[in-house]
Formats: sequence, C-alpha cells, structure tokens
Amino acid sequence: MIFRKLTFKGGVHPPEYKELAEKQSIEKVPLPSVVVIPLQQHLGAPAEAIVKVGDLVKTGDKIGAARGFVSVPIHASVSGKVIAIERRPHPVSGEGLAVVIESDGKDEQSSAIGPVANYLAQAVDDMKKKIQDAGLAGMGGAAFPTHVKLSPPANKPIDTFILNGAECEPFLTADHRLMLERPNEILEGVRIIMKILGCKNGFIAIEKNKPDAIALFQKLVNDSGDQLKIIALNVKYPQGAEKQLIKAITNRKVPAGGLPMDVGCLVHNVGTAKAVYDAIAFNKPLYERVVTVTGKGIQQPKNLLVRIGTPFQHLIDYCGGLTDNAVKIINGGPMMGIAQYTLDVPVTKGTSGILALTADEAQLPEPQPCIRCGRCVAACPMNLMPNVLARIVEFGRFEDARNLGVLDCIECGSCAFVCPSKIRHVHHIKFGKLEVTKLLKAKAA
Amino acid sequence: MDKKWFVTASPHIADQESVPKIMYGVVISLIPAILGAVYFFGPRAAWVIFLAIVGALATEAIIEKLMKKPITIRDGSAVVTGILLAMNVPAEVPWWMPVIGSAFAIAIGKIPFGGLGYNPMNPALLGRAFLLASWPTHMTIFRTQPLKWISSHPGLAELLSKLSLYQPDPAAKFSLSGIDLFTGATPLNVFKQQKDVILRLADDPSMTEKVNTAHEAIKQLSDSYGNLFWGNIGGCIGETSVFLLLIGAVYLIYKRYIRLRIPLSYIGTVAVLSWIFGGVDGLFSGDPLFHILAGGLMLGAFYMATDMVTSPITSTGGYIFGIGCGIITVLIRLIGGYPEGVSYSILLMNLTVPLIDRYTKPKTFGKVDKK
Repeated sequence: MIFRKLTFKGGVHPPEYKELAEKQSIEKVPLPSVVVIPLQQHLGAPAEAIVKVGDLVKTGDKIGAARGFVSVPIHASVSGKVIAIERRPHPVSGEGLAVVIESDGKDEQSSAIGPVANYLAQAVDDMKKKIQDAGLAGMGGAAFPTHVKLSPPANKPIDTFILNGAECEPFLTADHRLMLERPNEILEGVRIIMKILGCKNGFIAIEKNKPDAIALFQKLVNDSGDQLKIIALNVKYPQGAEKQLIKAITNRKVPAGGLPMDVGCLVHNVGTAKAVYDAIAFNKPLYERVVTVTGKGIQQPKNLLVRIGTPFQHLIDYCGGLTDNAVKIINGGPMMGIAQYTLDVPVTKGTSGILALTADEAQLPEPQPCIRCGRCVAACPMNLMPNVLARIVEFGRFEDARNLGVLDCIECGSCAFVCPSKIRHVHHIKFGKLEVTKLLKAKAA
Repeated sequence: MDKKWFVTASPHIADQESVPKIMYGVVISLIPAILGAVYFFGPRAAWVIFLAIVGALATEAIIEKLMKKPITIRDGSAVVTGILLAMNVPAEVPWWMPVIGSAFAIAIGKIPFGGLGYNPMNPALLGRAFLLASWPTHMTIFRTQPLKWISSHPGLAELLSKLSLYQPDPAAKFSLSGIDLFTGATPLNVFKQQKDVILRLADDPSMTEKVNTAHEAIKQLSDSYGNLFWGNIGGCIGETSVFLLLIGAVYLIYKRYIRLRIPLSYIGTVAVLSWIFGGVDGLFSGDPLFHILAGGLMLGAFYMATDMVTSPITSTGGYIFGIGCGIITVLIRLIGGYPEGVSYSILLMNLTVPLIDRYTKPKTFGKVDKK
C-alpha cells in the first residue's frame, strides 16, 4: 500500500469556473455551411493535400495524406465540395494551409466507416496503422501523433499506461462530460491501447473535483473486472501535465529533455482513448471532437460535439453569442490556451475549448519590477527559476537561458499566474525557447 | 470590420496578489507593534514613525520627479521602509533624525540601484546604520522609561490603571533594583556591560562585591522574561514587544507574505549559539530565551531578514541566510563592540544573497547530475 500523496511539487490553485459548463450534456452542433480543415493539426510534418478544388468528398474521406512517420492524415468532416486550398487563419500557428469544404448539408459518410467484427483480434501493427490512418493526434492540446506514442523503441518497453482525465485547466469540462457520457467507449479504448502496448499496469487518473466521473469509472471497472486502478488526484494545476501526472501516480521522474517512455510510461487523454476506440472498432477517422465553449463572455456555455474545421464563430453563435463585454477569445483554457485574433479560426484536433473572457478578466495589469518574492520559483512544477529565465531572455542571454533549463519549461503559466508584479514569464520564455532552438540549429549546421 | 480582440501570451488569468497588497499587508502586520510602541513610549513614538514615513515618501517622490520617472510612492514600499526605520530608532531622537534616516534609506539605499526590487540591502536598515554611525549618542541612549510618559497625564493614567494597563510606579513593574544606573537602558546593554565587568574583574579579589552585583544583575535579566515578552522595557520604538511583533508575524505567515524558513533558522541559530557561548560560567551556561526575546531579534527576523528583495529566493538559500544572520548576530552581541547586532548581521547577509542564490539554484525536474 502506498501512502505517498498523489501529487507533485509546485503548482497553483487557480479558480476553476468549471460550474459554467460542467452540468451541460454534450450537444451535437448543426453542421456549418463551410469547414476549414488545416493540413497541420498535429506536431510533426503537415499533411499533404490529396484533393483538388472542385472535388466532391464524403464525411470521413481522407483529404490530406501523412508525410512521414511523425505525421497524420486529415479527413473531410462534412460531405460536399472542396472550394479552396489556401492559407487560412489557424488557432495555433496564426495562419496555415487548409482545405476548405462547402457542406452539401447531407453529411454522407464514407463507405469505409462501419463496425469491425472482432476488432480486438486484429494484429497490433495493423491497429497502429489504423490509428495513424484515422488521423489520431493527442486531443489534450499538444496534438502529438498517437501512433508514434504507441510505437516505443524496443529498448524502452512501456509497463504503465495512464489515462489522463485530470482536466486541470480551469473552465474546461469537455473531458469531464465525455467521461460521464461515453465511459464504455473510453474504457474500450484503454483496453485497445493496453493491448497494443502489452503493458500490465493501467491507471485512470481523474482530479477529485470530478467525483461523479471517479465513481462511475470505479463502478465500471469493478463490474468488468479490468485490472485498472482509478486514481483520485488532488486538485492542483498543472496536474494533467504528463510529467507531473506520471510523478504523482508512479513516483517516476521523466528525465529532463526526455519522454514518458524513458520511464516506461505512456499517457493518453480520455478524448484520444475514445478516438482510438472509434478508429479500431469502426474505422472512423478523427473528424469530430468535444469542445467546451465557455467563459463569462459566452451567453450560454455548452459542451459541444463539433466537426473538425468548424469556425469558432459558428460555435459561439450556437451558444447564444458573446456578451457585450467579451474582449478575448482563447483556443483552449486560460492557463495555456492561445488568444485568437479572429473568430474565423477553425476547431482543430487539439481544440479542447473555446473560452471568451470579459474585459475585467482579460485586463492584465502592467508588469512591475520583480521583488524577488519567490512565488514563481515555489510554483514552478519543473523546478526552474522563472524570474531569472524571464530576465535573462529579456537581456538576450540565450546561452545562459539554455543552461538554466529554458527548454524544460512546460509553459504551464503557474509562474505568471502567481506573480504579484504581473511579469509575463511565459511570454519571455516562449520567445527564449524559440531563440535557443535557432541557436542550437545554427550550431548543428 | 472584424472586432479587435485582445491578444497576449498565456496565461490569460492571474491571481489577485500585487506588490501594493503585499506592502500594505506588511504595514497592517506592523500595526499592533506600532500601537504598542505608542503605549510604551508615548505619542512621541507615533510622531517619529510619522516623520519617517513622510521622509521616505517625500524623498522618493522628489527624486523620481527630478529624474522624470514615474512616481512609485503608491506601491507601499516606501511606507514600509519609513515604518521599519522608525521602529529601529529610540523614541527620544530629535525630530530630524527619522526624516534624514529615511531620506538616506531611499536616496542612497534604494533609488540608485534602480528602485524597488533592485536594492541589494534593506533600505531601512541601511538608514539605521547611517544614523547610528553619524549620531551614535542619540541612537544608543534610551532615556525613555517605558510607560513613564503616562504619569504626566493624570487623567490618562487613571483611565489606564482602571484597565490594569498601567501602574503609577512603572519601576515597580520592571525592577532592576540596586542598579538604578541602568534603569532605562536596554536589557542587552545591561547584559553586555555586566558581562564585561565579570570577565574583567573576576580574578580581582578587591572587586568581589562589584562582580557579585553584576552576577545579580544578569540573573535579574533572566527573571524579566515577562517584560521582555510584553515589551515593558527600554529599546528602540518597534523592537520591544515580542508579543505584538508575533501577532503581526502570524498575519504575515497566514497571508504567505513571509515564509518561516528565515525567521526560524535565524532565531534558532541565535538560541543555540547564545546557549553554548553566551554564559558567564563557561560553555552551555547561556540563557537562550533571554537572547531571543531581548533586543531587535524578533523585529529583525520576522520583518527585515524576510524582506523579499534582499533575501534569497530559494528555500535552501533561506535557511543558509537565516543561519548566517544568527551567527553574525551572536558574534556581535557576545564578542563585538555593540550590545546588539541584528541590523548589521542582516545587512551583511544581504550582500551574500546573489552568491547564495547562485549556489542554491533548484535542480530542474528530472535533471540527472552529470557523472
């Protein structure tokens, strides 16, 4: 029996605001008239368009092919006509090449989609191939290709799988709702993943602020007899960050610059597990996901089942529109999400939420000089010194920034959240990472 | 035309804490000690505190005006500097001393380094060190007997005695009877002088009586824990009442404006070292409780060593800093020329902070030491 506290060092307790949307059942949104499907929705090489303007496509048809191993294809999310392949606003990269499809309103599904008989009997390599073909990328936010995580090298066997249902970002409730409404599909996804990995230890990790989800999974696992442990995590941000999650549950520390597989662990988000099930049991590609549309700037916060490529505007309209004082629109949660410059951006595979903040929430005060209070150092889950990092990046000392571990920063935002001087550490550190990466590339060349 | 949206890097929310909130939090925590100071030393104490605050604010505003920089007196840090400086001078100083002291603290101790956040040493302590070096007599003679001021206000004396906050003869409460000479001196002064007497004259048979009196005086100091704790003793304005200072400290800890690692390691070090080396009868004969209750240790440990700007940022660093302060304080008290060493010890340790920070850098999560 372990009496260790299931948590990690550092972290913060931002207000949760989950109550805005957590009681809202997932609703299906009427199809938009046009979807904008970026070729790059995952980490790695962007997909390559395999359709032309004027082509007719069905829902689930592949429209972009993976380029290389660390890449996934993209699929049409509605049936209709390709009307453009051009650069469009992108919620993460600002702008990027996208396939634009005009919906015919019929939503005809690709004939390839359908139940697969005895799907658990498929060969493991076939399953991985299917998962790549279905375009799966981590749905918790970082959007790393799923099949790559499922293919560890032989010298790094995975003995522990963790299903990440922490959902520690304030406001967001998409994972919570999915766990409540689709628990059996998620569990089946977990079984498939564990079969692919051949690993014995399985954990389902949920923060204690979702007691209903914890109870539900405990009951399901008790009934089914699965050898899975349900872990009720202490509520602390960023509990859902991969390295912090692994530390809390297994007490293993992913080495700096390393991956979970270095300590025999693999973490997948609940949404990804559900998508794995869809891909393996139905040959269904990833063309829709659950998105929380929330915030005090949204008239009626909701959890929505959304086709990839649906413009933010369409979803916001469905939720009764914005309040008059909404001034900031964020792709994701308030701690790590990305502020948007237009509502034309589409939902991508990594979009877990759309958050609208009002003027008084979004108005961040001017930064003041650092008074060395040490709150950021105490809050940093990666044990860095954010105040020092921010300062030396400002001074352009990128070599020093690298030595102080700027690349180890997970950009969780805990430092900037607690800073009484309102210093924008993450802003500086993101810039620092960019410059350090350039520096390293220049050195390698 | 598309609406213009706010765009910033994440995170998009922040907690409610701010620099002014922290600074005014420190001011609030000092209110019990300030009220206590007025009670013990009279309205004069309030006047000194007021002048020090005005001196600090005016200096900061004038310099920033002249330098055409934004005026930062609203952030509360100059108020804190003013109060802390006043807490560190006797109530009887001439009116211009708190003004000059806080002006020095701001003009030399803070602004030239870049203002709040950049000063290497605690400005209030620097101001005090300046006053002590320039007008040592004003700074070291404590003429005011605690509570004596009340006797010249018969009405108030009657009221306070009804509330059992005052006895007509304060000397009865704080008795160092037999050594009238020292009434009104700080207990640490008494300790230092009597210890010197014992060490110097112990082997001289003709002085036996004097030595015995000294022994008696030191013994009486140990009997005065109550007065030391409540503050009914001579000393600087804000340092005498351990009780009232602790009330403020509890508030600061509750608000998480200070962390316990510096005060605990500081006070602990003073206790241990003064127990080992602080006695007149050889090793381990010292009186640790007397040493931690007397003088400015509580004020220094909870309010000045913990100054965020001038103390280490890491947890390990905090302990090193506190222990260093403790060692230097005891060295000065027992061996040095001054009876009290709190402010110098903190100032000296302030200067080691960049070094401490450098060598106590936390180890990055998952970082493996190179073999």
